[in-house]
Parts: sequence; C-alpha cells; structure tokens
Amino acid sequence: MRLRILESGHGFGTKALFALIRTVSRQPVLDVVKLAKYRADFYGGPMQGVTHEAMRGPSTWSVGDRELMAAFVAKTNQCEFCTKAHAAVAQRAYRDGKTVSALLSDLETAAIAEPLRATLLMLGKLTREHAVNAEDMRVVLAAGASRQQIEDALAVCFSFNVISRLADAFGFFVPGPEAFEAGAKYLLARGYR
Amino acid sequence: MSDIRQARKELTSRILEGDGKASPSERRAAFNNSGLAEPLGTLVDKVARHAHGVTDEGITAARVSGLCEDQVFEIVVCAAIGQATRQYDTALAALEAATGKE
Repeated sequence: MRLRILESGHGFGTKALFALIRTVSRQPVLDVVKLAKYRADFYGGPMQGVTHEAMRGPSTWSVGDRELMAAFVAKTNQCEFCTKAHAAVAQRAYRDGKTVSALLSDLETAAIAEPLRATLLMLGKLTREHAVNAEDMRVVLAAGASRQQIEDALAVCFSFNVISRLADAFGFFVPGPEAFEAGAKYLLARGYR
Repeated sequence: MSDIRQARKELTSRILEGDGKASPSERRAAFNNSGLAEPLGTLVDKVARHAHGVTDEGITAARVSGLCEDQVFEIVVCAAIGQATRQYDTALAALEAATGKE
C-alpha cells in the first residue's frame, strides 16, 4: 500500500488479530481489512455501519444480488481488488451456478431478471458519469424494480463508490483467488461488521 | 428496506467534524473537491474522478508538500466519501423526480 501507516501502523491488539487471521485462514490479511482497522474510529468503524446495512440489512434484493452490484460498481470504477473480492462473494452466494464473471462481462445478454439488469445498468451510468436523471430512473421502474429496491441499490452503490476509490488510491495489493475465497466465506458468514 | 441514512450521517459527521490530523477546513475541501492548493488539489480530484489513476508519485507529492501520512489518509478518505455522496444525492433526487413522492 502507498501509505506505510496502513500496512503496519496498527496497535498491538490489531496486529495480534491479524496474526490470528493469518493462522486461521492460512491467507494474508486483505488490505481492505488493514484499512478498516487503521484508526477505526475515523473511517473503518463508521463505514462498516453503512456497508453492513447496505449489504446485509433488510432488502428484497438477495445477498448475491447486492454482492453482484458491488462487483459491478467496482468493475465500472476499474478497481481490480473490489471486483475480484465481490465477484467471489456473489459467486458463493448464488448457489445456482450463475457465472458471475460472465454476468459482469456481458450484462446486456446475461441471464438475469430484468429489474436487476436495469438496476445494474443504472448503477453503471451513475458510477461512470457521476450522475443519472429522472428518465434513467423511469427506465428502471418500468423494468419492474420498485422505488425501494432502487434506494437499496443506491446504498450499495454508495458504499462501493467509496471503497473502490480507496482501494485504488491507497494501492491495495491484489492477491490470488484463494485469499478472495477466504474473504468471501467470512463476508457471507459474518457480514461487514 | 435497508436504511443507511443514520449511518451515513454519522460517517460524514465523523470525518468532517471529529478529531483529525488534517484541519477541518482541509477535510471539508477534500470532501467538496474544491479549494485545495497543489499538489493536493490534483490528488483529490483524481480520487474523486478516476481513482484508478492515482499513482505513487501523486501520494509522494502530497507528502513532500508537508503532509504526514495520517493527513494524507484523512484527506483521501474525505475525497472518496465526498464524491460518492454527490453521486448518491444526485441519484436520489432523480428517483424523487421520477416518482414524485417522498
């Protein structure tokens, strides 16, 4: 990472936690965890409150759908770390064999429900162009997404428009698939708290 | 329905108004992507507009200008949350315009 404090500036207790994570998971501690645990009262703690509610709070979108949205927002931001991390969670959450990487690479023809497709396309525009308009929202509503589903999706988009920016700005190391698989297991079991 | 309003309010309040190594005015300027001198202005704009374009040199330039790592950390966090907030608020306003109800 580009700031040494994020790599090794944590307190003794947090370093002990990292050692435990390495031992139990047999994987390196992901940089997103190091960021969240550095001066957690400033960013990590309050941000985890937002992200856990967006990703695991009550919603008619499934956990897999929301993880797919997270991966799609990250991909739109060209953030390799977050795209791989949340594609792994979505893949694990969807137990019906959906190939998340295929969905991410060709959303227009992917075999997904129209409300989800239209929502993802809107999130992509918002992320890419930094704005959407009422007509963009009418398209999503016409595809069958409810107002509440759109609000829930925007909450996911907010979280990953923050996290993917930080991943790239701070220069997160992108590990191999085994580390992301370990992270996906944790996020599905425990959420973002 | 998920509801991030309170959690988002607490996050924004903490980064802008709570204790920090960067001054409140610097954190606010980073959040708004407005009014920062170089080289910080360029770094903050990159975080906001295309964070994948941030380089080692951009971070180093901020450090060489006199900021410690904790100040850079706070300013980058504020820049990222500020831009995501503008995107979120714009989208909620568009949804409001499309549906015409609270």
